Amino acid sequence: MRFFADSLIETWPFLQGWPPWLVYTLVMFAFGAVVLFGFVSLFAGIVTVVERRIAARMQFRIGPNRVGYQGCLQWLADGIKNFTKEDLTPAGASKMLYLFAPYLVFTGLFLTFVALPFGQALVISDLNVGIFYILAVSSFVTVGLVLAGWASNNKWALLGGIRSAAQIVSYEIPTGLAVLTVVLMSGTLSTQGIISSQGIWPWDWFASANPFAFIIFIIFFISTLAEGNRVPFDLPEAESELVAGYNVEYSGMRFVFFFFAEYANLFVMGALTAILFFGGWNSPFNWSTSLFGLFPQPLEVSGTLFFMTKALSFVVLIIWLRWTLPRLRVDQLMVVCWQYLTPIAFVCMLGTAFWMVGAHRWGALDYVKYPIFLFGVFLVLAMAARTVRNIRLVGDPVDLNPFQ
Amino acid sequence: MTAEEIYRHGLERIPAGTLGELAAEAVQPWVTVTPASLLDVLTVFRDDPALAFECLDCLTVTDIMDEGQMEVVYHLYSYKHQHLFVVKSRTGRDEPQVPSVTGLWPAADWYEREQYDMFGVRFTGHPNLTRLFLPDEWVGHPMRLDWKEGETALGIPTSRPDPLVKKDAEAGGGADA
Amino acid sequence: MPEELTINGPDNMLLNMGPQHPSTHGVIRFVLETDGEVVAKATPVVGYLHRGVEKIATELTYSQFMPISDRLDYVASMCGNLAWCEAVERMAGIEVPRRAQFLRVIAAELNRISSHLVAVGSFCNDVGGVTPLVVALREREAINDILELLSGARLTYNYMRLGGVSRDMSDKCRQDTAAFLDHFPPALDEFNRLITYNKIFIKRLADIAVVTQEEAKAYGLNGPNLRGSGIRFDLRRNDPYSVYPELDFEIPVGEGFAGQVGDCYDRYMVRINEMYESVKIVRQCLEMMPDGELTSKVARVLKIKAGERYTRTESARGEMGIYIVSKGDKTPYRVRVRTSSYSALSIFEKLSPGLMIADLVAVIGSFDIVAPEIDR
Repeated sequence: MRFFADSLIETWPFLQGWPPWLVYTLVMFAFGAVVLFGFVSLFAGIVTVVERRIAARMQFRIGPNRVGYQGCLQWLADGIKNFTKEDLTPAGASKMLYLFAPYLVFTGLFLTFVALPFGQALVISDLNVGIFYILAVSSFVTVGLVLAGWASNNKWALLGGIRSAAQIVSYEIPTGLAVLTVVLMSGTLSTQGIISSQGIWPWDWFASANPFAFIIFIIFFISTLAEGNRVPFDLPEAESELVAGYNVEYSGMRFVFFFFAEYANLFVMGALTAILFFGGWNSPFNWSTSLFGLFPQPLEVSGTLFFMTKALSFVVLIIWLRWTLPRLRVDQLMVVCWQYLTPIAFVCMLGTAFWMVGAHRWGALDYVKYPIFLFGVFLVLAMAARTVRNIRLVGDPVDLNPFQ
Repeated sequence: MTAEEIYRHGLERIPAGTLGELAAEAVQPWVTVTPASLLDVLTVFRDDPALAFECLDCLTVTDIMDEGQMEVVYHLYSYKHQHLFVVKSRTGRDEPQVPSVTGLWPAADWYEREQYDMFGVRFTGHPNLTRLFLPDEWVGHPMRLDWKEGETALGIPTSRPDPLVKKDAEAGGGADA
Repeated sequence: MPEELTINGPDNMLLNMGPQHPSTHGVIRFVLETDGEVVAKATPVVGYLHRGVEKIATELTYSQFMPISDRLDYVASMCGNLAWCEAVERMAGIEVPRRAQFLRVIAAELNRISSHLVAVGSFCNDVGGVTPLVVALREREAINDILELLSGARLTYNYMRLGGVSRDMSDKCRQDTAAFLDHFPPALDEFNRLITYNKIFIKRLADIAVVTQEEAKAYGLNGPNLRGSGIRFDLRRNDPYSVYPELDFEIPVGEGFAGQVGDCYDRYMVRINEMYESVKIVRQCLEMMPDGELTSKVARVLKIKAGERYTRTESARGEMGIYIVSKGDKTPYRVRVRTSSYSALSIFEKLSPGLMIADLVAVIGSFDIVAPEIDR
């Protein structure tokens, strides 16, 4: 950031009369504000539209296509509508906590964007404890959800809040272990460090580094689903059981905060998977632009493109799961976490540690990454083949044009 | 078994005199039993292996106002033998009372609550004889033939001015003025 | 399952589920006593839709009641029509022309498929899968179109008349039906691949709310719920009416597909398999249907000689029994309608202890409860 501010001062002479600390702070604040409130809202909003369109295509519907080109501004219309709605506080609610809870959820999630690297230089702050910081601030969400559930003075909301607390706290453990495994392999907690210790090519990514890492990637993906309250783990807001869960009493703007936080979380989940296991912004190309001289330092575009593609593929995968799978029950959720994911994650972490020692001694072990990569490709192809087969069996005409 | 066979089989196992005449000329013949002996008769019907009425298919109360009686009709069905039989029991209309059969068929629980709700027949021995459909504070039993709808029900008026009639009246008033 | 589950325990929470809860399938209310997520007691509270159908029936003539019989169970109103027609015709001894009989069976069976589609679809929605509901409703839409061609209405059909049916089947309707019959079994296979064999779905339903054969009989469960407990009993076969004796079809029962016999998954599978059977029935009916009259001569205001009769037909949700007492007037003296959802809900209080809230929702769905059929 300092480098960025320095170059700004060089480019724009009028800044040179200002005290440097003021410029630094202002740049910091401005950048943060722009990213958090423009960029993140944009992401969350667009992801809502994407989800609705994909869901609609899965359900033989068209989906929102009226506002903007193919409904791309639907999120803005919904947002404006919700901001003009009455902000209700139920009688008997603990008013201060009730009003405070959405901000906590909002803040917790949006703070994670601080350490998400979108490119080699495109990161607000490359913290040396980056991934640890992300895990820490995203725990705000739990507190916010429990507060929302408890303060609403509604038993359904309370059940939702408690479910989310139990669920997220439990699934922190496999998530943490998965992250720990990655840290073990990369030797750093910094998100940028993790990315740069993976290579450009798919077989250099951590997902195919060794068999244990591949398993831990799957565990990490399942756990983030649970932490993000997504199907099949969407119990805190199970609409057929708990009506709407923790946010049942919220309306208007405060509901939008929950809603946007949920979709921002969706993106964070995809982005984290891409960063930890799929090489983040690593790209074989090196395209960059300075946006017609607006930025003093050229921004590398290819890395960001690669990162976004990876992150959004996982977002689409999560959406696909949501509209396909039914929901687990509370006890089954806990069984999955404590009886399966946590022990397996421990084994995989130790396995990775031993593997690294082994690979240090026997260099041949390093070549295992190629079969793992091929296995991953095989899995993707098998899934595609199965999808095609299912479509053939039904015999319905398939229309792949999303814009109609 | 046909209804006659069921009746004859029942006669052999039930003390003489408790089972009334079989109304054999009806499409579905029935037998009438006094409320006092109802439970004994139905217990035999349920437990006798040759009859084996495992299912209380329907329980109906009919208000026979002309005769001042309430008729409780039990439609019994046996999945084992696949036969249907009808047992009726009559009780006075003023304070209708029959023994509850919830102990024999749990299905009777709701049937009896519903019929109590609608007809006011008290099923003695029912574990929880409260209204099923109507609110607890409801007064009266609306399916009885002498039931009159009040001006209000639970504080809500039961009638409202006919909008068409009112319009005519206004038009007429206008013409008068 | 919890070790200690006490009713009225000190830590229990009283939770009001409904009448406007998304999963109660209409306006039913459950008062739950829960210990955390575990239900200690669930008391159904019904009557929010009570319209006094039995009283209305005694005020109307026999033919005037026909539209009301649609509204007993609006998801399968053809079956309600058929139940009332059978009840009155058998009591009055009215002959129905063969073509009308076949048309009735076609209509009722198509309606049974559409009703089961709603049942299994909303059941999947209850356990969290949204897309299966939409897949099911897509197929139901085709049936709605066919029945609209047949009767002119899409939900409450009022299609049948005493002594026959109101309209003939047009050529287009016949073609559409035939096309639907070809299209539907593969579509149902797709539905099965989507959700029925899903691991999570099976885990959620297997061994939940097991109803034994004795319980099912004693509580008067019937229809798919009874067959889910493994009792091979179907009024279309065991107490046949209309042209069902001439038709060839199987009666699917619960066989413990995923767990014990009589659990939620069995009841669900019975409905899925019944849809395949209904397709067979409609296909046979289309082939066997003769030309001929649509209605027999029936007096405009029918008077039935004094007597009584309890007639049972197999509606989509199970037995629909109609007990008519006539005193020889043009209106019945007493009408009693016995429906299946009513029995299904009455067993609920017994099944609920020990279930979790999420299971409770699944159990409501597995019994395929429709509120107006309970309250009448």
